[in-house]
Amino acid sequence: MPRPTLLAASLLLALPLAACGGADPGDGSSADGGRLQVLAAASLTDVFDQLASDFEESEGAEVELSFGSSTDLAEQAADGAPGDVLATADETSMTIAEDADAAQDVQVFATNVLTIVVPPGNPADIASLEDLDGATWVRCADEVPCGRVALAVLEDAGVDAEPASLEEDVRAALDKVTSGEADAALVYASDAVAAGDAVESVPIEGAEAQPTSYYLADLAQSEDPELARAWVDYVLGEEGQQALEDAGFTLP
Amino acid sequence: MTAVRDPLGRPPALLLLPAVLAVALLTVPLVALVGQTDWAGLPERLATPALREALWLSVLTSTLAMVACLLLGLPLAWLLAKVEFRGRGLVRALITVPLVLPPVVAGIALRAAFGRSGWLGEPVLDLTGFAFPYTTWGVVLAHTFVCLPFVVISIEGGFRSAGSQYDAAAATLGAGRWTTFRRVTVPLALPGIVAGMVLGWARSLGEFGATITFNGNYPGTTQTMPTLIYIARQSDVETAQALSLVMLAISVLVLVALRDRWLGTVKA
Repeated sequence: MPRPTLLAASLLLALPLAACGGADPGDGSSADGGRLQVLAAASLTDVFDQLASDFEESEGAEVELSFGSSTDLAEQAADGAPGDVLATADETSMTIAEDADAAQDVQVFATNVLTIVVPPGNPADIASLEDLDGATWVRCADEVPCGRVALAVLEDAGVDAEPASLEEDVRAALDKVTSGEADAALVYASDAVAAGDAVESVPIEGAEAQPTSYYLADLAQSEDPELARAWVDYVLGEEGQQALEDAGFTLP
Repeated sequence: MTAVRDPLGRPPALLLLPAVLAVALLTVPLVALVGQTDWAGLPERLATPALREALWLSVLTSTLAMVACLLLGLPLAWLLAKVEFRGRGLVRALITVPLVLPPVVAGIALRAAFGRSGWLGEPVLDLTGFAFPYTTWGVVLAHTFVCLPFVVISIEGGFRSAGSQYDAAAATLGAGRWTTFRRVTVPLALPGIVAGMVLGWARSLGEFGATITFNGNYPGTTQTMPTLIYIARQSDVETAQALSLVMLAISVLVLVALRDRWLGTVKA
């Protein structure tokens, strides 16, 4: 009696596994022009969404975008997670993927500068970094790229104002302003553009001295290296660069 | 596990195998966490003021939240278990909703109500200058919101399993409802109440999604252990791992300590 039951149990166990295994190759062959998986930093969400739909139209390929923190994505890529292209918002995380021999042909494709965003109408009258002192404002934590840039910019300006919160990423910092929970936040210029009318931007004098660079690389585990290369060329090409500029990024 | 002499016969493999798998699923990741720790670098990674602050804040806020859950949850659990009233099912359903809510949603909801521009938060801020977000009180509020349903449901279960015959006996002997509650109902349901508080405390200690959404993250005021681990992981995986080990050790210590003193009686 125990034998058939054991067999049944192991069959039950194997079923979902078999289903998982079967799904991947099936999806890959479904689109005519192939399928591209792009791992990209959260701050690229809007511009990559737009570029992906244009790319799908011109190449007939299916683009799947996976957004997250640069560190998370780079670690996943280094760990061999499926993906064709990796785009990070800093050099440190790209190095993680490079050191694991996952990222190849690393290039800078855009830069971004820090700016102050405030709610519409600027209720706390923030005109410069100095005005942050005494206001309820947020920035990224020291551990994440946008936090390191914020620290450098504040130091350059000689401002020693205490934030109310150190956010886990730049979109969380932006969210504190768009939801009315903070008088101001330090975010990238591209995030301010992405937020549209929900925020007003107050440029920071001297922020250009601390730009952050965005890195792009093909992944070694790519199942379609040609398509991966086509995406990289597209982002670095005229259309890609124009879209990035429109989205508030600075071109390298 | 060796049930050789069980008169009911051997446990069937169909039950035994999944049970063993369940134990493996729950223990292997934790053992791996311990196994992958860089022990040599551990003291250095843990000797930071950030850890001490976050640990203290975690214990403080979880304990305050547990007290709040008891003060608010015990009466509600009693009401649900002992008093017939219209809409009781609806109340029970309503308080269960936060239980299944993803913590981030809980944070967004808390913000809508108690945020600086929230329904209640804005008038209170205008009147008093106080707002929950970015303060330790905000952390306690988020923790209480998240663990209150666990505490209420657990204590209500305790009241129900204690039965109502002793309450009835007390009433026939002339005790009022308040006296019955104090002298009969609560003592009888004490194991369930304690279990509920432990559950609430543990849930609160691990709470993170609602807190970071509602309160943000600042060392000393809103940065609890789970938040510290999450942020540390962004730049230094090994420090995050070392901090996780501290969290694991605390959880085990607390469970063992409580098991001996309190939870032993719950088994009955």
